[in-house]
Amino acid sequence: MTDFETPVDDLSEAPAVKPGKPIAWPLGLAGVALVIVGAFLSWSYDGQILNDLSVNFYPNGLQNLAIILAVLSLVLLLAEKGPLVKLGSWVDATLGLRALGLGLVLYMVLVLIAISIESDGLINVNPGGYVTLVGAALIAASAWMLPLHQLRDMSEARMPAWFEILSIAFLMAALLFTAAYTLAQDEAWPLILCLVFAGTAATALFRSGVMSFVGHAGQRHRKVLTLAAFAAAFLFPFTQNGDDTNMSIAGAVLVFSATAMGLNIVVGLAGLLDLGYIAFLGSGAYVAATLSTSAFATIGWKPPFLVVVLVGACVAATLGLIIGSPTLRVSGDYLAIVTLGFGEIFRFSMFNLDGNNGPNLTNGPNGIPGIPDLELFGFNFGTDHTIAGIDLTRNSNYYFLLLLLIGGVILAFSRLNNSRIGRGWVAIREDEKAAEAMGVNVFGLKLLAFAIGAFLAGMAGTVKAHQDGAVSPDQYIFLESAFLLAAIVLGGMGTIVGVLLGATILKVLPEKLRFFLEYRLLLFGLLLVLMMRFRPEGLVASRRRKLEFHEEDEALAVAVEEERLIAAEEAK
Amino acid sequence: MTVTETQDVAARPIGDPVLEASGVTMRFGGLLAVNDVNLTVREGEIVGLIGPNGAGKTTFFNCLTGLYKPTSGQVRFSGTPLPPKPRAVVRAGMARTFQNIRLFANMTALENVMVGRYCRTSAGALTSVLHGPKFRREEAATRARAQELLEFVGLGRSTEHLARNMPYGDQRRLEIARALATDPKLILLDEPTAGMNPQETRQASDLIFKIRDSGLSVVVIEHDMRFIFNLCDRVLCLVQGSALIEGTPEEVQSDPRVIEAYIGTGEDDEDEGPQDDVPGGEV
Ligand SMILES: Nc1ncnc2c1ncn2[C@@H]1O[C@H](COP(=O)(O)OP(=O)(O)OP(=O)(O)O)[C@@H](O)[C@H]1O
Ligand SMILES: [Mg+2]
Repeated sequence: MTDFETPVDDLSEAPAVKPGKPIAWPLGLAGVALVIVGAFLSWSYDGQILNDLSVNFYPNGLQNLAIILAVLSLVLLLAEKGPLVKLGSWVDATLGLRALGLGLVLYMVLVLIAISIESDGLINVNPGGYVTLVGAALIAASAWMLPLHQLRDMSEARMPAWFEILSIAFLMAALLFTAAYTLAQDEAWPLILCLVFAGTAATALFRSGVMSFVGHAGQRHRKVLTLAAFAAAFLFPFTQNGDDTNMSIAGAVLVFSATAMGLNIVVGLAGLLDLGYIAFLGSGAYVAATLSTSAFATIGWKPPFLVVVLVGACVAATLGLIIGSPTLRVSGDYLAIVTLGFGEIFRFSMFNLDGNNGPNLTNGPNGIPGIPDLELFGFNFGTDHTIAGIDLTRNSNYYFLLLLLIGGVILAFSRLNNSRIGRGWVAIREDEKAAEAMGVNVFGLKLLAFAIGAFLAGMAGTVKAHQDGAVSPDQYIFLESAFLLAAIVLGGMGTIVGVLLGATILKVLPEKLRFFLEYRLLLFGLLLVLMMRFRPEGLVASRRRKLEFHEEDEALAVAVEEERLIAAEEAK
Repeated sequence: MTVTETQDVAARPIGDPVLEASGVTMRFGGLLAVNDVNLTVREGEIVGLIGPNGAGKTTFFNCLTGLYKPTSGQVRFSGTPLPPKPRAVVRAGMARTFQNIRLFANMTALENVMVGRYCRTSAGALTSVLHGPKFRREEAATRARAQELLEFVGLGRSTEHLARNMPYGDQRRLEIARALATDPKLILLDEPTAGMNPQETRQASDLIFKIRDSGLSVVVIEHDMRFIFNLCDRVLCLVQGSALIEGTPEEVQSDPRVIEAYIGTGEDDEDEGPQDDVPGGEV
């Protein structure tokens, strides 16, 4: 129709349109073919390294990953020209291919480096490795020669409901698979390569706009999205088949995420900078420890665990109120300093309440070890269980419990966010004086944010005590508070998905990449500085914050507005 | 109440006093920003507050609404003394807008107005998390009321826009809607037409009449004299913190001291009468 022909000047105005070279497409196909052929050949002479890449016509782990990336490239190429060309008006094949091509080249270069480091020199690289590298380079080259298109707006993309739901489910499955596969790598090189793979695939999905489609689909099927995410998380232990180390990391991630989500209320919604937040997790953990049946527990009362959770959460919330009521009247930097001090006071108190000074509550620096495993409704968390032939270890048990907890925390967060209380918090964050003049109870709401945040962290702490089996003061140092904050900033303040992602990254990487433990702080510092420079709104920005930081971006502003309008239309 | 603008000013029935401010004084160190100002506002009245830049008009508003604690003086609202606490003031039924717009920039228009409903709703944290039928009913009512108010001020089509992205004139109207959301009996408008073009100014006039007709009293600060004299039942002129004259628009308009205060020079200009945009209409 004429609609499609008239906006010629539109196209010429848009900077994103660039004609391509005719050779680009066949070049890309050749690249894909080479990568796949290369992946079927042997990469390395040495069969002992990188999970054995030495067998011809039998692609192994890392080679399969290269094949997956090649297949993704093929799909994008076919969307550019070929049977999937209909897809091409929605999906930005060129940008996606650029990400894939670059990622593949990086991947292969790292493989070659790994081979030459692990066994002596480049001489150990077999032809297959070079063939794949050349193929990767061809894909990258072709991607830069392909035309850039003016695309249709993804928010208009409508598919049958079953397709949208399926794509959500598929994405979650892919996520689960990647997470399980990556965590299964115990050695450094395969792990790094897996991360490069995951990063490449994710970037390609984002750049090509597939993610945006899933995002829109997710908005239309919110319940499905939530359910699918929880199903994926629920299935995770079943992929580990008895591997307790990974489950212990996963448990730690959940505790960390739940705590970060609590802090997200304080920092992300109410805009209060709290640098001593880990103390609330600590107080929950200490309550659970002192009330447990450990031989070192200092309090005689042994209530059932559900009561302990409540007591721990309330103690933390009370501490929050105590620290909050005098300090929340000061603002900004002062609040940060006072909360920082509070975190240290908590640690020193736990350190010194050993009977020498004052009552013996905490056993001082030794902490309280030997906290027994939980037993809820006759279910002992310490023993292994077998379901459908799959071993579920002790840490899996805690994982399920923590999943329940974090589900509750997320529910509380999102419901509060969309309520009178949440609007009050955001109003305070935006303009405290105006909020006050509109009758918002500024001080009360700040205090409430503090108390609720502390309550949630305290709850997580009670489970953590049993999961760790011990509490000691040195678990609750300032650095932990800083990491919690970093998880929020990295992921995206005030968002749910972002904070979960940030917490996962910050917890998993140091656990798996032990070799950079020494440089951990340096690397995180660097990461945060880079984030602030290039993506200050965090990995997953709430659309609002994106606008806040990229004000000059008119197109984005318009896009965001339109999206909101469409969402509003649909809500009616 | 229910007086229409077509009626003669003098013929208006005078309602009970809503606001009675007596002897309000605000001192900043050596500066006497507001000096012993009295003001009574009755039901269904539109009162104008004029004065040159730095006369203390905004400071007077801040004293009334509890943003500043006056050095001395008393504010009574519907007969009871008002403590200088913003929340108590809003609850009692006095809402305001700001001279330099203070919206919640990263919230939508609708959310901004919904924040205004805060003090008239009661859902607590636990209720919100439990999401029971009572909570949902209140939330729906809040949303509906906010939508209604946005339509009242003429922003019914911009509910989902972020406040920061809205045109200047719309932001001013949104601030009014947000203030109205607190169910006030008296609304204080601080330069509601600053920066507006003549057409928008006319619309603002109409909006203020509409607000008055819906039963509210209005106090409005403005530098645009034509706007003020056309709109108000009574005008108070502040100069250097003190009340210079209070009276009907005609009385104030023809008072030589007012002209002098604005122009700053002496006798020569006296009989010319004030021109609408004599006082620097910049801010
Ligand atoms: N918080 C404060 N601290 C010190 N001085 C202040 C403060 N607020 C206002 N003032 C001073 O009080 C005086 C009155 O200011 P105010 O803002 O009330 O004037 P205004 O009548 O609203 O003027 P304009 O028409 O320019 O808005 C000014 O001299 C101002 O500098
Ligand atoms: Mg002023």
